[in-house]
Amino acid sequence: MTAPQGTSLGAAAPGGGALLSQPRPRGRGRRRRPGQLVARAIVLVVVLGYLVLPLFAMVEFSTRGDYGTRSLGSYEAILSYPNLIDGIVTSLEIAVLTVLGMLILLVPTMVWTVVRVPRMRRVVEFLCLLPLAIPAIVIVVGIGPIYQWMGQHLGAVGASPLTLALIDIILVLPYAYRAIDASLRSIDTATLADAARSLGAGWPRTILQVIVPNIRGGILSASVLAIALVLGEYTISSLLAFNTLQVVIYLLGKRDPFVSVAVSFAALVFAFVLLFVISRFAPGAVHRGQQTIEEPAA
Amino acid sequence: MTSPSSSTGTAHGVAVSFQEMHRWYGPVHALDGLSIDIAPGEMIALLGPSGCGKTTALRALGGLDEVDAGRILVDGRDMTHVPANKRNMGIVFQAYSLFPNMTARDNVAYGLRLRGIGSAARRKTADEMLDLVGLGQQASRYPHQMSGGQQQRVALARALAIQPSVLLLDEPLSALDAKVRRQLREEIRRLQIMVGITTLFVTHDQEEALAMGDRVGVMSAGRLEQIAAPAELYDRPRTRFVAEFVGLTNRIDGTADGGVVRILGTVVPLLEGSAQSGQVKALVRPENVRLARAQDDGTARVAAVSFLGSLCRAQVTLPDDTLVVAQMSAAEASDLAPGTTVTVGVVPAPVFAVAD
Repeated sequence: MTAPQGTSLGAAAPGGGALLSQPRPRGRGRRRRPGQLVARAIVLVVVLGYLVLPLFAMVEFSTRGDYGTRSLGSYEAILSYPNLIDGIVTSLEIAVLTVLGMLILLVPTMVWTVVRVPRMRRVVEFLCLLPLAIPAIVIVVGIGPIYQWMGQHLGAVGASPLTLALIDIILVLPYAYRAIDASLRSIDTATLADAARSLGAGWPRTILQVIVPNIRGGILSASVLAIALVLGEYTISSLLAFNTLQVVIYLLGKRDPFVSVAVSFAALVFAFVLLFVISRFAPGAVHRGQQTIEEPAA
Repeated sequence: MTSPSSSTGTAHGVAVSFQEMHRWYGPVHALDGLSIDIAPGEMIALLGPSGCGKTTALRALGGLDEVDAGRILVDGRDMTHVPANKRNMGIVFQAYSLFPNMTARDNVAYGLRLRGIGSAARRKTADEMLDLVGLGQQASRYPHQMSGGQQQRVALARALAIQPSVLLLDEPLSALDAKVRRQLREEIRRLQIMVGITTLFVTHDQEEALAMGDRVGVMSAGRLEQIAAPAELYDRPRTRFVAEFVGLTNRIDGTADGGVVRILGTVVPLLEGSAQSGQVKALVRPENVRLARAQDDGTARVAAVSFLGSLCRAQVTLPDDTLVVAQMSAAEASDLAPGTTVTVGVVPAPVFAVAD
């Protein structure tokens, strides 16, 4: 089938691509005065120093050997502590469960709220941000009896440290909500959902095939934040007597501070690598529906 | 060229019937007993101001909104409570609705994918539909690489690709500039006639509605004021709202009696539904106002003349300071200028009148 005779629509095809490659005009605002550059450099140095100095101190401390030498012995010793390996594995498992639980709970809820009951958006936002205002000790005191009951009645499952994911899902909600909400606001979620449904998609397909691919950036950000929070969570794990990575690091610090700092540094490097991989390979905000070319001539 | 109907399979449209539909949003009665019968293959344009319920009616037909009472019949089948994804209706939205993560081809093929069509057949049909809307060369582009007009064309192709029983157009042109809008509306009308699909088109643009619809329904406050062919709607409005909403009207003082009204010295028949006696305001179209250049005995004075291409509009001030707009050909307006003294009359075409 070809375009009908007489139509002028076909002529619209070329031209758009050329406009895409046009460079952006640079305004006067792009030029910086020398004073501004110096101020920026100072700020950059201060910030980098604030961030890098502790890391440098950790490396310096964890690589101290005998008689003023340098050694990787503390890093090699990590593998010789079974509790530490167990703590790492447990924390990673909790992180995975937390991410899955958070996404399963949050994404459909937020999409449904935006599409079907937008007046509830504020309520959902309030509920998701609430954990920010509740201290960890209050959460533990409140939820402690539930964990006690689970330990007594649900056997090994109830006593597993993996149940910490239930609390961690709540703790990550404020950060995950913000990340996903920003992505949902960047697309016309309601119209995309209507379009998908009119074409024959049910709600699961609409969310999985149309909405999720277009908020992938937000989902990845939420997942990274969740992983970072779980790997760094100490208070609740400790108070509920579960041996997660941070708890083991703390205990190890009392016995062998060099290995403890080596593990902390390794965990930070792991988080940095994870962030880098995700930011490098996650899709950018390029397909966000903004109109980037002008109407072609008729 | 392959016939589009062979591709879409909708050479014969289906009948659609709204029966006494009601919809409340809290205290707002968005649909107030709306009833419309749409013939197979017909294009109905629903016209009305913002908030009149036209989009609610369209979304109810598409299954995107519920109705509180009434029924929707499509080809004789009650669709009132059928979910949107089971109705098989193609919808083109006001907002750009292409899936940003998919190319134009994938967008058009998405509905076919949901129907289990194989990838080769999907691709073939999608390419055919894109050819149909003149975008065969743009198949691999993402929405953000296309203009607004192109995106709406792809959306139209996507809606037609699933061989819908009914096509729903929810102000699809309102985000486009005037030139593209005019061009695209002609394309949509051409395709609709070619495919023969029953179509409901919602707009607040009178020109669009009158140009595209086989019949035009004018809505106000959830009710259908009048539905008729464009010419009849324009020439023979049945309610005050329609007379005032559709097209330009002058409100000229007159005296009604016995089915006629005397305005500016001319006796003119009254339309059904008009005020029938006493002092009235007659609603007279600008093209039914006649101006004649006078010497010193003129009764009115030209205030301004607007050039509209082949036509001109002159604003004339009557002795009682009433402002009347007259429309004429550019040639007829050549000797009119601001300050010119004229006599004003009206063509004895039926008019609608409202009580003064």
